[in-house]
Amino acid sequence: MSTSVDKTRTRPRSNSAGAKLSRFMESPKIGWVAFAIALLMPFIIATPYALNVMTTAAIFVLLASGLNIVVGYCGLLDLGYIAFMAVGAYTAGIVAKSFQLPLLFTIPAVIVMTILAGLIIGAPTLRLRSDYLAIVTLGFGEITRITANNLSITGGPSGIFGIPGLLEIGGIDLQEPAIFYYVTVVVVALFVLAAARLGKSRLGRAWRFVREDEDAAEAMGIHTYKVKLMAYIFGAIWGGFGGILFAAHLTAVSPQSFVFLQSALVLMAVVLGGMGNMRGVVIGALVISLLPELLRDLSDYRYLAFGILLVVVMVFRPQGFWPARGFEPERPAPNEAATESEPAPPKEAIR
Amino acid sequence: MTAVLEVKDLQIGFGGVKAVDGLSFSVHEKEIIAVIGPNGAGKTSAFNCITGFYKPTAGSVTLKGQNITGKRPADIAAAGVTRTFQNLRLFPDLTVLDNVRAGMHLYGGQSWFDAILHTPRFRRSENRYSDEAHHWLDFVGYRGPRGVPIRNLSYGQQKQVEIARALARKADLLLLDEPAAGLNFSEKQVLLSLCRRIRELGTAIVLIEHDMGLVMELSERIVVMNFGREIADGTPAEVKANPAVIEAYLGKDDEEVPSHGDA
Amino acid sequence: MTQLLWDGLFVGSFYALIALGYSMVYGIIKLLNFAHGDIYMLGAFIGFAALTSFGGIPASLSIGALIVVMMLSMLLTGGAGVLIERLAYRPLRGAPRLAVLITAVGVSFSLEYGVAAIAGPNPRAFPVRLEGDVFDVLGARISLPQIILMLIAAALMVLLNFYIQKTSTGRAMRSISLDRNASLLMGINVNAVITRTFFIGSALAGAAGVMAGAYYGKIDFLMGFIIGLKAFTAAVIGGIGNIKGAMLGGLVLGLVEAFGSEWFGGQWRDVFAFGVLILFLTLRPTGILGERVTERV
Ligand SMILES: Nc1ncnc2c1ncn2[C@@H]1O[C@H](COP(=O)(O)OP(=O)(O)OP(=O)(O)O)[C@@H](O)[C@H]1O
Ligand SMILES: [Mg+2]
Repeated sequence: MSTSVDKTRTRPRSNSAGAKLSRFMESPKIGWVAFAIALLMPFIIATPYALNVMTTAAIFVLLASGLNIVVGYCGLLDLGYIAFMAVGAYTAGIVAKSFQLPLLFTIPAVIVMTILAGLIIGAPTLRLRSDYLAIVTLGFGEITRITANNLSITGGPSGIFGIPGLLEIGGIDLQEPAIFYYVTVVVVALFVLAAARLGKSRLGRAWRFVREDEDAAEAMGIHTYKVKLMAYIFGAIWGGFGGILFAAHLTAVSPQSFVFLQSALVLMAVVLGGMGNMRGVVIGALVISLLPELLRDLSDYRYLAFGILLVVVMVFRPQGFWPARGFEPERPAPNEAATESEPAPPKEAIR
Repeated sequence: MTAVLEVKDLQIGFGGVKAVDGLSFSVHEKEIIAVIGPNGAGKTSAFNCITGFYKPTAGSVTLKGQNITGKRPADIAAAGVTRTFQNLRLFPDLTVLDNVRAGMHLYGGQSWFDAILHTPRFRRSENRYSDEAHHWLDFVGYRGPRGVPIRNLSYGQQKQVEIARALARKADLLLLDEPAAGLNFSEKQVLLSLCRRIRELGTAIVLIEHDMGLVMELSERIVVMNFGREIADGTPAEVKANPAVIEAYLGKDDEEVPSHGDA
Repeated sequence: MTQLLWDGLFVGSFYALIALGYSMVYGIIKLLNFAHGDIYMLGAFIGFAALTSFGGIPASLSIGALIVVMMLSMLLTGGAGVLIERLAYRPLRGAPRLAVLITAVGVSFSLEYGVAAIAGPNPRAFPVRLEGDVFDVLGARISLPQIILMLIAAALMVLLNFYIQKTSTGRAMRSISLDRNASLLMGINVNAVITRTFFIGSALAGAAGVMAGAYYGKIDFLMGFIIGLKAFTAAVIGGIGNIKGAMLGGLVLGLVEAFGSEWFGGQWRDVFAFGVLILFLTLRPTGILGERVTERV
């Protein structure tokens, strides 16, 4: 969901079903619609299993929106994104458990740790060609998992159990599955909204400039290195919050949850949905996380299918299924208008 | 008059080739200087050294008294140099307006915090970005659509947008790398008057150009390069009469060419 | 000490074989072929399938059978490499780098889970296990299979070097990696050379896969993942795009790992190798033998 408000479109409008759908996809209301659906879901189906699946999907959406900042906006391929979730989840788990704190209070520690992780991996590599970054992040993802597997503070291969809940206030335990689902949905919605807004700001534009042409961006005074590092850090924070929710959801963290496959799935959500377009990414994330639940029988082939799909999409539709639309409303009669005495800018400017 | 730009004994080489080999010239306020020379003379390399894309192996570049030699491009841009590229370097998937907004990055005016919360500061600065983007597009006389991805536009329009983007940087010095290449006669006339209006803004211009008519009409001084070396620097009339320049352009049939390989 | 040296050189020669393919492809089309490690895995599985279909092989014949199967596997993995280039990478030539990288990830994924779907997700025992006498050389325990495998690896590298230095295709490869456009103008059939590069690189990885299967005795569909990462590290250490650098980088990485795990503990082996990668990327991204180039603006 996003508040990105593209009020008018100066594109020819046809009335085919496809056009209607794509128009709906771009309307500002879609965010609210999606939010409303997410809130109503428990009234339709509220078995523990369904709540579990939906909560997991919502967390996955958060991860995808974070990775979208890095890959979609800034064009940096991060193949170890799940490591940030691992850092978040372990930090939250360890801090909460050793100080017997509700998970909510671990947020500052998680933010610090994920930023640190983002800096450690980003600082040396973001100066290099983007493909180096890709493979280094791939390695970083593995290293994080192996480290968690080997250290005793992280509980070794079996991980950490019995992590305290998010919070308990006035007899309401946020850990109760239905409540936890709502908490997750609201948090995820806020993060998705924030990511979408970031994408439509000065910083978001700078990310896109860097993605499209680093040299040209530099020539305009944009410190590409700093801008990339910012994308990386934001991505890391989003991942870290995903980790907190993950730890709270399972009350346990173990290294097996952070294998490369997970990073690849998040990447697929971003790529299939449409890099750079938050709405597409949210849908992509929902599809990737919910589809396997519906197609349990085909589980042997599903990752094979994902892999092939990734190649096919890149070859035939590299912008993804719901790409970012590079359109902006026009101003009336721009040319002869006296440039100094322009009237108050139309609403376009608020974008 | 103070010098806006001072280039002294600039050098850069790639492998065995000395692309720029001892280039010196200076640019004063509101001046329009042309750099000319045959293909491969090292003109673009010189621009790249001035703007920090290449690290010069020797020599210095001074902008308004400040040494900018070897700094990174973004810092040089911030110091007050803006440029266009020989082969358009726009952001193809972004809209015309966003392309121009790239030139305004240094205006600042909002933090990521403002962006997430949509504070009044954010709205104000976004308004400013839009207004100025339109302003610079108007300034260069751009008449095409503005809200569409730039790759859908004609070459001439893209060149205009690239200049608008460079102007939005509001720098003291504008470097144009072959701005007239690929333009038709009337477009060149528009470019000519545009350069003069840019000068009126207080921006000095250095342009690389192969169109001699344009160069002679527009520039106060001309720097001529050949094989990385500066072979002349003077007024259009002086340069036209310079035998070395005539030779460089018409060529002598003897061993001129091999002699530069081992430079 | 000599033991560590030897172990390092042995593992390093595997890395070198795989790093070669990485580096060659990178040198020519500037593509990091993520799927390269999975080609190694594919090679191991092809070897596995071939050996299983032969039925029981007497131990006395195992070396011969292994070499035959290795050749077969090289042919097939080479073909697979060519096919992948044709179907996945060639349509994207000139596309943004990000799209190509993502495609490579997709190819890697398809190979891994394609093999998992066919051969099952559980590790398989390789039908031929190389066993042989152990010698004591200067205090290091060296087994016969190790010597044989290293000889094979060395022979392959010598052959490759000869091919690149002496044949016209080899010259074309070198010239394309220097300047693709100029090579096109010179009338070099760039596509044909790229195809051959993929064939050779993939065949080498396939050979390494069979050798690893025979040596370690166990294969699984994710075995190419870490080794791909290591091979990339080796290629970077040597100077990516540089053939000799890849060989050197492989050996260096093998040694570094051997000593690193001795000092820090075996469970940190991969972490250590990766640390070396980061170190190189930070301090000397061009590697030991690579040259610094100024990218055209
Ligand atoms: N990054 C680079 N690496 C290697 N050689 C380079 C690089 N950049 C430029 N050169 C070489 O430097 C020389 C000068 O090139 P440059 O582009 O500066 O010429 P130019 O005067 O701009 O020519 P034109 O009029 O054709 O644009 C050429 O021989 C070119 O091949
Ligand atoms: Mg040039």
